[in-house]
Amino acid sequence: MFIKEYFGTIFKSIKSLLTGMKLTGYYFIHPNKIITEEYPENRATLNLPERFRGEVIMPHDEKNEHQCTGCQSCELSCPNGSIKIITKQEIQPDGKKKKRIDTWVYHLDMCTMCGMCVEACPTTAILMGNEFEHSQYEKQYLKKVLNKPGSRLKDGVE
Amino acid sequence: MLLGEEDCINEEGEFVINIGPQHPSTHGVLRLKVWLDGETIKKVEPHLGYIHRSIEKMSESFSYRQFIYITSRMDYLSAHMNNQACALVVEKALQVEVPARAQAIRIILCELSRLSSHILWFASAGLDLGGVTPFFYAFREREAINSIMEETCGARLTQNFMVPGGVITDLQPDFPKRIKEVLKQFKDNYHEYNEILIGNVIFQNRMMDVGVLTKEDAIALGCTGPVARASGLSCDIRKLYPYDGYEKLKFDEILVTGGDSWARCQVRMAEMLQSVNIIEQLIDNIPEGEFVAKTKNVLKLPKGEFYQRVETARGELGVYIVSDGSATPYRCKYRSPNFANLSAIPHISKGHKIGDLIAIMATIDLIIPDIDR
Repeated sequence: MFIKEYFGTIFKSIKSLLTGMKLTGYYFIHPNKIITEEYPENRATLNLPERFRGEVIMPHDEKNEHQCTGCQSCELSCPNGSIKIITKQEIQPDGKKKKRIDTWVYHLDMCTMCGMCVEACPTTAILMGNEFEHSQYEKQYLKKVLNKPGSRLKDGVE
Repeated sequence: MLLGEEDCINEEGEFVINIGPQHPSTHGVLRLKVWLDGETIKKVEPHLGYIHRSIEKMSESFSYRQFIYITSRMDYLSAHMNNQACALVVEKALQVEVPARAQAIRIILCELSRLSSHILWFASAGLDLGGVTPFFYAFREREAINSIMEETCGARLTQNFMVPGGVITDLQPDFPKRIKEVLKQFKDNYHEYNEILIGNVIFQNRMMDVGVLTKEDAIALGCTGPVARASGLSCDIRKLYPYDGYEKLKFDEILVTGGDSWARCQVRMAEMLQSVNIIEQLIDNIPEGEFVAKTKNVLKLPKGEFYQRVETARGELGVYIVSDGSATPYRCKYRSPNFANLSAIPHISKGHKIGDLIAIMATIDLIIPDIDR
């Protein structure tokens, strides 16, 4: 009885090991089922989804105009304090003074890509971009100014 | 000197060693101080605080919209459920009616992350016990789920998709098609999980009768989730205190009596299929309509105390908020499942060999950032 049980256990163990090895053997002879991607080599074909949150961007159109009114909703909604907006008073053609953005400072080093600023923006002036390779040798390069030099507010956006 | 004042061998001849904070099988920075007699464990003492980020204190300076995102960093594998708990407590306080579409989206995403969390458990349990191959088979399915999260929520782990009143944005049009692809892939490959790891005799022998947690101990130590359900304790919050429309769905609460590591494996393997079952019920009939209820720009909770619990992949998460009527919480307390489950380890590993401690840690499935918060 004991010997029967002893050899039975050995037989069962070998069977379970062979079941696993059959599976690994199947994938060994079917290399087209492997889904691994080699990341730095596949940069050209890397297809990121549209909603992927990589960084905050401020789109400018061909006339170098953005849609940011400087309302500072994003600055208030940011949990980490990674947005700082400096505004200025600009004299309009009709002589009135109006608040416009001077610099839109984005601290990428503090940003956690939660997307709350984009959610809070009433004029969709900022979006989340797809770029995710942000590594730099110095921390100071991660401080960015998003509005391009010479850019101005698009007409009709209030 | 990591061990503190004591020597490595104390007066009683016990050998005192550290497992962690940098040990690969602790999945993080958990430090277990172990008193050994030869190879037999006499006492285990967990030491915490290596990844404490004071999330509770930080929540006090955040508004009710901002404090949700940071809970993704607690139990990062159940980020959706953590966010859902916070969103639910704010909705409960403000008495906001969540649209049916938002509820369906929430449940689908939560069950997907529960599935992916259990898949990760399967991968790492094999890895802890020396089987490297199952890891890659499990990550094939997990990668597919993570891709869906990336397409829908914009991030793979810390999604931040739930807002008070619903979800942050609507689903993309091909969402049901993509989900069905992933579920089909998972169901086709599920038998491979059993073949390569669960059916393996070496794995079974290392799991059976190791770390037996009785039902009484599970209640006394406050264990929840798959750990308690493996001891026969019915504790599924989705069944007992339904939230977000779980009461309309048909699913089974997996209960296994046994309480050992093998029972905990069986519960998780069966729960994967239950999550698939829940998603399949919903995916073809997501209600039309709004995806978020209208709320004010600045949320101010009425004065008082609010509590909401949800079932994460590891157990019961409770969010307790004391409000003084202002725009930020006065006090915020999270009852995290992993902290309670950790307290079972010293109890159930007594008398086992040191290799069994690794098996116990693998099946308790701890996430260390959730313990420390």
